[in-house]
Amino acid sequence: MSDRSRIPLVPTGTPPSQPARLVDDFTPALVDVGAHHLCPGCGEPIAIRSLGEAIDEMALAQRTIAVFGIGCYTAFSNNLDVEVLQALHGRAPSVATGVKRCRPDSLVVTVQGDGDMVSEGLQEVLHAAARGESITCVMLNNGVFGETGGHMTATTVLGQRTKTSLEGRDPATHGRPILLADLVARLDGAGFVARCAVNSAGELARTHRALRRALETQLAGAGLSFVEILTMCPTGWFVETTEAPRYLAENLGSVHRAGVLKDVLAETDAAMR
Amino acid sequence: MSAIAAPATTSVPGRHLLQGSEAIAEAMVAAGCRFFAGYPMTPFTEVLEEMAKKLPTVGGVCMNAESELEAIGMAWGAAATGTPSATGSTGQGLSLMQESLAEITLARLPLVVLNMARAQGDYWQATRGGGHGDYRHLVLAPVDVTEAVELVQRAFHLAEVWRNPVLVLGDYYLAHTARAVDITPVDYGPRPPRDWALSGATGGSGAAKLVSFLGSAKQGDGVGYDLAVHYAACADHTEAMLRGVPPEAEEGYVEDADVVVVAFGTPGAYVRAAVRSLRADGVRVGWVRPVTLVPFPSDIVAAAARRASVVAVFENNAGQMLDDVRLAVLGEAPVEFIGGLSLDASGFGIAPMLDVSEVRRRILDVVGRRP
Repeated sequence: MSDRSRIPLVPTGTPPSQPARLVDDFTPALVDVGAHHLCPGCGEPIAIRSLGEAIDEMALAQRTIAVFGIGCYTAFSNNLDVEVLQALHGRAPSVATGVKRCRPDSLVVTVQGDGDMVSEGLQEVLHAAARGESITCVMLNNGVFGETGGHMTATTVLGQRTKTSLEGRDPATHGRPILLADLVARLDGAGFVARCAVNSAGELARTHRALRRALETQLAGAGLSFVEILTMCPTGWFVETTEAPRYLAENLGSVHRAGVLKDVLAETDAAMR
Repeated sequence: MSAIAAPATTSVPGRHLLQGSEAIAEAMVAAGCRFFAGYPMTPFTEVLEEMAKKLPTVGGVCMNAESELEAIGMAWGAAATGTPSATGSTGQGLSLMQESLAEITLARLPLVVLNMARAQGDYWQATRGGGHGDYRHLVLAPVDVTEAVELVQRAFHLAEVWRNPVLVLGDYYLAHTARAVDITPVDYGPRPPRDWALSGATGGSGAAKLVSFLGSAKQGDGVGYDLAVHYAACADHTEAMLRGVPPEAEEGYVEDADVVVVAFGTPGAYVRAAVRSLRADGVRVGWVRPVTLVPFPSDIVAAAARRASVVAVFENNAGQMLDDVRLAVLGEAPVEFIGGLSLDASGFGIAPMLDVSEVRRRILDVVGRRP
């Protein structure tokens, strides 16, 4: 805490010259209450904020139905100013399918974690992608079950220590991680597939662009759009909060590689030129 | 834009000879059902086939889901948009759906669920539910295709009025028996507005809608859900629903019956025929057939039991409704089980036991043992 000496002292001996006033509450777009109970250093609120801002920037708030899975991010399912349907762990893509088929004019977005989407409900997103379901699926991938306190999921990378892989994930005992974005990209019904991260401002900017592109893909009816976002989980990784962004890049990020894996709209544009 | 806006029904007026599955599908469409999802399984399969045929012609959607888990998920999403929706399967498929069925109930969504069961071993599953938490479904058990046409339509009405899943429990015979039926839409009166339904339109208003099994309201001044408050509200709702829906049963000859036989669904038709034939021979027997399994017509069964010396239960299982009959009778009369599991080699629920002379014999055994 060497910065403390540089913080200016506010004199409190005299009453303030003007009454307190709200300058800005810094609550992000489409978030009802600025507070959340997620751990310090968690990447999920950053990703959700980016998603909300993308919806807001594209003026889609009044068409959006978000379908939430179960994980730490579920804290936001009753904290957003878009309509939300809470789904069970693993089941958001089928629930979103029912919504979209009955409300084809709405923008339907699912939010799930890696435990939810890859461990519990892997077949749901694969079938939805194969169907070319016109929905956007967002997967917050931190490689652990954060909500239960740091247990191994289907995306946990080799060597990663979790409460159920104490000596590190070992392929002989625990198998190997599923690289979901790569799997989804191979299905013909998927129109946009990207993997991004929120561990730096640059990565976050790329995440934001991917989320916008995913929503554009849905609006164009160009198939299922899928954005996997690597998020920090210092609590579940058992690392210092400030260490988490670097840990993400060196561990999760070196296996689940960021990039745009598929962009049907761009391919169509290129073909038109 | 939405599937909800579509017009009435595909059915033409008048009586038509329809297989049970088709009649049930027609009744669902007549009741306003515009979304159906299912996964094939005998004897439910033909209901799915018929819905796949009919729903697109009225602007609805039928999904051949990739599993029962996805079928119930899709129906959940559709129901949340305010679209009258249904799903179904056979008992085994319903087992897969139980987690969602429990949470859909706690999310206060209307949904109709069909169980075209194999025999009657799913009574406990239907009436108690295999899911978690405090929830109940209304359960209707038609005796034949004609009654199913009415009960299926009533199920959609009850589901909307109570914002609760309603289960229709049928079997192989119901699905595969052809009958001349008249599918005229039944008017059950007004339904509450679907002001809870999601369309996306309230986004950005500061009061965007939320449909969640964790809580019905957003926390105005904090984060997270208050589960204790929500579950208590759901329990109050369940109690009001179970009190608000009148229990229903068909009965015959109970006024002076020494032996009252209780049966539901298809076996109820065999018991009715057996009792009538025994009455023709001067044997003082009667029958009670619960139509609503939840709420169970306990008062009707109890009243019949008070006048009888024995109550007999006939089911095609090892004795499940037997529990509810005992609870209804509460020792007023001895309760005997005269059913049992009966299946042919197919395992689909065709029961060699379902034969009027066999049912007569079992009832006469009880009459003979009477003190």
